Amino acid sequence: MASLTPLLITRDLCRSFGGLRAVDQVDFSLPEGETHAIIGPNGAGKTTFVSLICGRVAPTSGSVVFDGTDISRMPAHKRVRAGIAYTFQITSVFANLSAFDNVALAVQRRLIDDHERGLTSRALVEHGMDALHKVGLAALADKVAGNLSYGHQRLLEVAMGLALKPRLLILDEPTQGLSDSEIENFISLVRQIGEEATVLLIEHNMDVVMALAQRITVMEQGRVLAQGGPAEIRANPAVQQAYLGG
Amino acid sequence: MAFGPYFLLASLEGLVTAAVLSLMALGLSLVFGVMRVVNVAHGEFYMLGAVVAWWVASLLGGHPAIGFLLALVISPLVVAAIAFVAERLVLSRLHYEPEATIVATIGLLYIIQQLALTFYGPEARPVQAPFNYRISLPWFGYSAYKLSVIGFSVLMMLATWLLLTRTKIGLIMRATQFDRETAQAFGIPVGRVYAGVFALGAALAAVAAVLIVPIQQAHYLMGLDPLLLSFIVVIIGGLGSLRGTVVAAVLIGLSDGIISMFFSPTLAKMLATLLVALVLVFRPQGLFGTAAR
Amino acid sequence: MKIQTNLAPSAKSLALHAGVVLLLLALNFLLPEYHRGIFARVLVLSVFAMGYNLAFGYTGLLSLGHAMFFAAGLYGAGLPIYHLGWNVWPAFGAGILAGGALALVVGFLALRTTGVAFMIVTLMFAQVFYLTTLYFTTYTRGEEGLVLPQAVRRLSLPDGPLDLSDPSTRYLVALSLFTVVLAAILFLVRAPYGRSLVAIRENEERMRMLGYDVFANKLAAVVLSGTFCAAAGAAYGVLFGYVGSGFASIQYSILPLLWVLVGGAATTLGPLIGTLFMFYVIDTASSYTTAHLLVVGLVLIGVILFFPKGIAGTVRERWLRWLP
Repeated sequence: MASLTPLLITRDLCRSFGGLRAVDQVDFSLPEGETHAIIGPNGAGKTTFVSLICGRVAPTSGSVVFDGTDISRMPAHKRVRAGIAYTFQITSVFANLSAFDNVALAVQRRLIDDHERGLTSRALVEHGMDALHKVGLAALADKVAGNLSYGHQRLLEVAMGLALKPRLLILDEPTQGLSDSEIENFISLVRQIGEEATVLLIEHNMDVVMALAQRITVMEQGRVLAQGGPAEIRANPAVQQAYLGG
Repeated sequence: MAFGPYFLLASLEGLVTAAVLSLMALGLSLVFGVMRVVNVAHGEFYMLGAVVAWWVASLLGGHPAIGFLLALVISPLVVAAIAFVAERLVLSRLHYEPEATIVATIGLLYIIQQLALTFYGPEARPVQAPFNYRISLPWFGYSAYKLSVIGFSVLMMLATWLLLTRTKIGLIMRATQFDRETAQAFGIPVGRVYAGVFALGAALAAVAAVLIVPIQQAHYLMGLDPLLLSFIVVIIGGLGSLRGTVVAAVLIGLSDGIISMFFSPTLAKMLATLLVALVLVFRPQGLFGTAAR
Repeated sequence: MKIQTNLAPSAKSLALHAGVVLLLLALNFLLPEYHRGIFARVLVLSVFAMGYNLAFGYTGLLSLGHAMFFAAGLYGAGLPIYHLGWNVWPAFGAGILAGGALALVVGFLALRTTGVAFMIVTLMFAQVFYLTTLYFTTYTRGEEGLVLPQAVRRLSLPDGPLDLSDPSTRYLVALSLFTVVLAAILFLVRAPYGRSLVAIRENEERMRMLGYDVFANKLAAVVLSGTFCAAAGAAYGVLFGYVGSGFASIQYSILPLLWVLVGGAATTLGPLIGTLFMFYVIDTASSYTTAHLLVVGLVLIGVILFFPKGIAGTVRERWLRWLP
């Protein structure tokens, strides 16, 4: 289903904080249906880059085009409704609400826009539980989110993203702090998601990256250092030197 | 009187206001800067300072200078002690959560105000100036005391600045302001530093009040207007910035003095308040401050 | 496991609220004159508190300037009656409109700030409003205020006018307004919009990244809140026949905060409980001492230190989880 025009394009995208160029002239394109990983050392500008895409940070210059529309000036909430979902690097669930109510907030927003079906209690339950099922949290639906284990909170975070039925799902270091077995589950979850949506993944764990990504972008000091398939990246001497540690 | 001298008089009055205002605003700014606490009861510490000054001066007979000088020492100490206790009993237990502390200091405001009304009464009472010399200018005579208020305020500001930048106490305060957790890890008793800063802030308001009572009388409702003005000064100067506070106080004091000579005071206050609210909306870091968070 | 979610209030909570309204209705016939007067005042002021609660309790916007919305309703209704001889109905509408419009402008500006800055900005806008009522003292007679004569305080209805200064009529009109606003809030908080307000209070950034226009939602909350407060102000003016700038002063911005905190922020019945409680605390205290501000101060500090969730909030936490 990969269409000819990529789902997401950035052109000459820049963002400075004070004198520091966090993102520097990044040209990037992401075809529909791809699972793409961004790697790079801390401070390489990965989170700033995806924040520019989802609208949490405004660009200093350059443009972001999503599905053929220039969204560089679009506020974040409109980008979300246009189909870009972002899951936070630092777990950011509503700690006082139940797991279901967390997801329901995402479902509710989408159903308000869905004029065909509209927002009803039944649709809310149906879609909310559906998202929880996908991440395997259905059994914990009525538990208060703040009391869930850290790994479960990360999954809930992903469920909230999924409940938006996004075309592009951005996962910002989703496996950070997870145990090995949780990471296993996570990989198969993202694989499943990747069948329906385009996934942009920031990740430090190279096993996860190699298992999931069809293509990889390496960033360093705000710039794109290299781009290509997993094998290519592994073989790239510049990447080995800068990031993989030889 | 011709325009020139009239303007000069207005400016002098404005400078006196500015001098007292900057002391008071400095206290507010210090408390906000170090503790991140908006002290709504700051105006009541000011009022308390004036009331205690009257009390000290009226207990003592003799030359007015003795009473005044004693008040200048005792009143800030008394007010600081009250503030210290209030901080330990209330604010510290709220863990300095911003909204809770605002509510608590509003409560404090009412309590202090009511106690002043009950024990001091609704009357406005003056304290005699330590000296009554008038400097004669070609166009009008001007109170030497008012000029000395300006001078003394400048001295107090300098002393506070030296305390903050040149002493170990100041270093500890700045460390606490910079990063509370790290300061604690380095063995700084953050709780006591906070209480000390809160007391110091209140003491500065009390000094301002002692300086002003020979000019304006002590009254239990006198705290509100200076509180709002101090907010204005602190906001325009940039929250937590010492230099900005002084510059803004001079600006506000002068314009307050001059504007109220030409406009109705209500209209002047209205416009000034509106202007400051808009500054806060569109330039929250203040006119002089760098981004304050 | 069966997960349920209701977008409307449950039968249990509807019954509870209907019961409260019926009890208040019965009190009109049971209470002695003096206490009926206090209750009528409390009912109107709880509407003020409920409006405040919508912004502060549910949306987490701690405003220190809501007196301006109450006073906008008060003057919006009172001035046309006094100076232009308007009827009560259009004047009441004018009061509500004035408050809503003011809330729209103030909200639009003040919501650009957050936290402490928001508190100070709202405080300052309210202060400007207060000074304005003093400045136009020719029309408002400032602190002294305007007394609306009994002859104009009549509510025209199809079957003859109602004399709003009659104690029983006054009580019932106050109760009607109270019931309408209580019902509106009860349904609102279960509805998707109410839930999103609470979620914005809890985590604004997360809501934005779920596709919510946070600013628009908050602005709507402020306008709705200001409108309820203005309705309370307009009702106060016509029911009690007095319009003065005292109601625009800072104290009347602090009072709804106090009532809501005492009763329980983000609870539907908290504002009523808090207002009633504080009225009787001050009433009782006044018979021993004139120092009623001391009581206000002590209760504020006591509540924030020991019962930060207020009366209804504590009841909900300990016993009745389903309480809205």
